[in-house]
Amino acid sequence: MNAIIQNLSTPSHLPTTEEDELKGYGNLDEMGRIKGMQIPRVPDPTAFLNLYTDSMSSNPEAKIKLAHGTTTLAFRFKGGIIVAVDSRATAGSYIASGTVKKVIEINPYLLGTMAGGAADCQYWETYLGMRCRLYELRNKERISVAAASKILSNIVYGYKGRGLSMGTMICGWDKTGPALFYVDSEGQRLKGDLFSVGSGSTFAYGVLDQGYSYDLSDEEAQELGRRSIIAAGHRDAFSGNTCNLYHVRENGWEFIGNYDVSQQWYEYEAKKKAAREAASSEMAVEV
Amino acid sequence: MEYNGGSVVAMIGKDCVAIASDLRLGQQSVGVAMNFDKVFPVNDKLYYGLPGLATDVYTLREQLRFRVNMYRMKEEREITPKTFTHLVSSTLYEKRFGPYFIEPVVAGLPSPTELDPHPKPFISTMDTIGCITTPKDFAVAGTASNKLFGVAEGLWEPDLEPEDLFETISQTLLNAVDRDALSGWGAIVHVITHDKVITRQLRARMD
Repeated sequence: MNAIIQNLSTPSHLPTTEEDELKGYGNLDEMGRIKGMQIPRVPDPTAFLNLYTDSMSSNPEAKIKLAHGTTTLAFRFKGGIIVAVDSRATAGSYIASGTVKKVIEINPYLLGTMAGGAADCQYWETYLGMRCRLYELRNKERISVAAASKILSNIVYGYKGRGLSMGTMICGWDKTGPALFYVDSEGQRLKGDLFSVGSGSTFAYGVLDQGYSYDLSDEEAQELGRRSIIAAGHRDAFSGNTCNLYHVRENGWEFIGNYDVSQQWYEYEAKKKAAREAASSEMAVEV
Repeated sequence: MEYNGGSVVAMIGKDCVAIASDLRLGQQSVGVAMNFDKVFPVNDKLYYGLPGLATDVYTLREQLRFRVNMYRMKEEREITPKTFTHLVSSTLYEKRFGPYFIEPVVAGLPSPTELDPHPKPFISTMDTIGCITTPKDFAVAGTASNKLFGVAEGLWEPDLEPEDLFETISQTLLNAVDRDALSGWGAIVHVITHDKVITRQLRARMD
């Protein structure tokens, strides 16, 4: 009888919360899966969240402003993939940071870019890195970019309508060669040669389109990526500060450099001025 | 205010005043021009800045130019900074129920008169419908106003000479504007002294 009562008062088949905490890590269970995100206990969690957070300017009056406003780009060419991003984070019109790392180094041969909710991108792309490593251990082979990007898109699709905000490019080199995928929180996943994401993307596309060719040399491609981010950082109020440039080649990615947008802009302007003066002095000689 | 962006700051020094603005004209997030000066002269001892909606900047500037000219002809003398502030204020209050989206800043050196042989440097600022404040240190307005307050509070000190006042107001504007997405794209500073006005364009961040 006593044994029965004891069994009922402390159910042995259910682990206590303390034991539960010991298994896994943070919000990951012992198998490395997400234990399940906590969701506000209100009738409509999405509407509740929208009331208090400014998710992609849908509610600019909201008290909690998440960091956004970005220019990111990536393109495929014969020498691999160029990834270039700016480094500004804004909350409303306030520039919260000018030194954000918007390229997430998932592993030595996979890069992800950050646009939209900074935390969403950082968290899920880090988690993607973990899943890619598990795939490698299980299959004794590196994961393809297509499969990696599909893991991410399947995850975010599971949270569709819950307010996740991310527009990301998954870039890498696998058996098929250089590969580039666009994945966003709406569940869209596209394979392509050239993408730009964020509030400054239209300006970046402008420069990118007039200079892009698959047969660009490494130096030309890097300069095109850099120039596009500088142009976007200049025109777009929510992009700028610095540009981070990466180059993905067969044996993994390489960090090329960090460039000050304003400093580079003055250099480009000086070059333009010098070219103009050279042209006008040539004209004078002809006359 | 947030549609076009832009900021103005004014400061008092020793027998001098300074007024400075950024040069950005935007349409929300897109920068359109980097030569949009928001500070205008009334005469060589009195300047004012009009940050806010760009269309109202032009309208109000012309309206004020007309009224100052009428004042000059009727009174046959130059308008004082204090009187000009009240002129701006009543011009704004005329549109109490459909205001100009502008927060003006006035900065001037009053000329000595028989009644007041040693007048103090003068700055003032107003809200969109003309409520006047006349600070003894500095005045700020525009999309970067909160950031300007912070930097000015830290940098400003009493009785600055013209060169030091120039440095203080320039650093205040530049550093405040670098934390505001809607201001920047160049800056211009005017330091008003009794014998001359020093105007300089600053090399600012262009992103």
